[in-house]
Amino acid sequence: MYKKILLATDGSEHSRRAAEHAIAMAKCTGGSKIEIVYVIDDDNAKSDVLQNWNKADLGDKRKDRIKFAEQQAKEAEVPYEIKTLHGEPGHAIVEYTNKNNMDVVVIGSRGLNVLQELVLGSVSHKVAKMANCPVLIVK
Amino acid sequence: MEQMSYKDTWLSNIKGDLLAGIVVALALIPEAIAFSIIAGISPMVGLYASFTIAVVIAFVGGRPGMISGATGAMALLFIDLVAEHGLQYLLAATILTGILQILFGVFKLARYMKFIPRSVMVGFVNALAILIFTSQLQHFENESGIIYLLVALTLAIIYLLPFVTKAIPSTLIAIVIMTAITIYMNIGVRTVGDMGAISQTLPIFLIPDIPFNFETLAIIFPYSLALALVGLLESLLTAAIVDDMTDTDSDKNTESRGQGIANVVTGFFGGMASCAMIGQSVINVKSGGKGRLSSFFAGVFLMLLIVVLGDIVVRIPMAALAGVMIMVSISTFDWNSIKTLHLLPKSDAIVMIVTVFTVVLTHNLAIGVFTGILLSAIFFVSKISQVHVNTELEGGTRIYKMKGQLFFASVTELLKKFDYKEDVQVVELNLRRAHLWDDSAVAAIDKIINKFEENGKQITLTGLNEDSSELVGKLANKLGSH
Repeated sequence: MYKKILLATDGSEHSRRAAEHAIAMAKCTGGSKIEIVYVIDDDNAKSDVLQNWNKADLGDKRKDRIKFAEQQAKEAEVPYEIKTLHGEPGHAIVEYTNKNNMDVVVIGSRGLNVLQELVLGSVSHKVAKMANCPVLIVK
Repeated sequence: MEQMSYKDTWLSNIKGDLLAGIVVALALIPEAIAFSIIAGISPMVGLYASFTIAVVIAFVGGRPGMISGATGAMALLFIDLVAEHGLQYLLAATILTGILQILFGVFKLARYMKFIPRSVMVGFVNALAILIFTSQLQHFENESGIIYLLVALTLAIIYLLPFVTKAIPSTLIAIVIMTAITIYMNIGVRTVGDMGAISQTLPIFLIPDIPFNFETLAIIFPYSLALALVGLLESLLTAAIVDDMTDTDSDKNTESRGQGIANVVTGFFGGMASCAMIGQSVINVKSGGKGRLSSFFAGVFLMLLIVVLGDIVVRIPMAALAGVMIMVSISTFDWNSIKTLHLLPKSDAIVMIVTVFTVVLTHNLAIGVFTGILLSAIFFVSKISQVHVNTELEGGTRIYKMKGQLFFASVTELLKKFDYKEDVQVVELNLRRAHLWDDSAVAAIDKIINKFEENGKQITLTGLNEDSSELVGKLANKLGSH
């Protein structure tokens, strides 16, 4: 039933648990595929660049953040693909989900930045409200 | 990471670029005016600069999607020049700045930007933020208490409006509302018009009215050098941020040359030295601007607005611009660096803080950056100059094992670590885990050997690595003579 699974990840504890659920789901249906999505928030671009000024590759930290999900998918032998999006996370995930007709979105209930959530509202809440498919919010 | 053809960087994103260009033009106006006022020059100098820079850089820049214009970092550098020598010298300094930047690009020096330590870069942006903030305090002087209310209201609009709409920059709406309020309620506060006239004319080509002699050069060169470096620093930092946001690569040397060309043109058209703007570039990319067209259009639209709306611009209250500048300073500051300050190595934290303090005290970003680099270098040298000497006695032979980097800074301590008078016949100096870097190191080893020989010891040198032996071979003859 769920062939196109979108797994939103930011490397946080909740997103790791979300990864486990996404993989369990993928195993239930033959021929399903997970798209591991990581969103780069443009508002953080300045501090990201500054923090990595002397490092060869800014991408390293990002790779770390998706590594857990990628490793889990690999071990479970579930087909997966990694996708990096840009913009405000909630909006970017919803847009990608609806445009690519995903069957289900799996997302952690909260991410890395608790303060930001207070101000902007939670990403998972936004996705649950606006995505055109079932959304599994993992606690 | 990929790079598009030149034509594609103009035409691949026309609609997005045009819309983003309008947003950027609107957002450029308050900053261009406010930064001119910081520097004590007519708002037109900043507006002309933002127009010519944005248009020229669209053609010759290396980072499509990046916005350049009149910035605080640059304005803060030439306050003294303008105060002491006047606008014409600023225009000449702007042209010279451009020439220096062109040379920087032609000689492909951009890669050396990576030599600037991270903590100095962070100190740079934080210091810039603090200077922008403190430069606004003058607007509160000799004003009635109502200015606090006006500034607070401006900030409230700027920060709260994005929750309602993001279509128009909230800074612009804040300025429009504050201008309307002060005009209709007849509040007597200083306006842009009090700071200098706005002329509704296009910039014209003119050669700076200065004596062309060595004395002039001596006056403007220090300013131009500082402007060139600070401008490139902020431009290349901004380029890296735009690279990051768009997941594309850009040519930093082309960008350096482009900034130079843009500054030369700007100087001849009566504008002030400028560079890339972090805030505006972020706004541009977020509004959908990716190509060269957005910068071009932003410049053209900005000029159009000034020509049409110049009468209204002079009535903008300074309180509104101060609000905008306070917002710019808050978003320029790297708050992350405060949160992570206790996690950094102490030397990094000190470098960052010293950089900030130097800039705040001298009002000169270039001096701050150099102090920071120098301090980092000193910390690095002191860290790496630790040479460990382990010693053991093996069947009547005293073996000294040295570990570390031997160079001018580490050898003075080294000589004291040996017991030259010990009652042994044979001494071995093991350099397997040491590296000799310069003539001081060779001379030091030479001296150690001499001292042992003077005391009647038989000494052998072992484990010299290839680079070090080559150096010894080269220098041994010369050094042997003294």
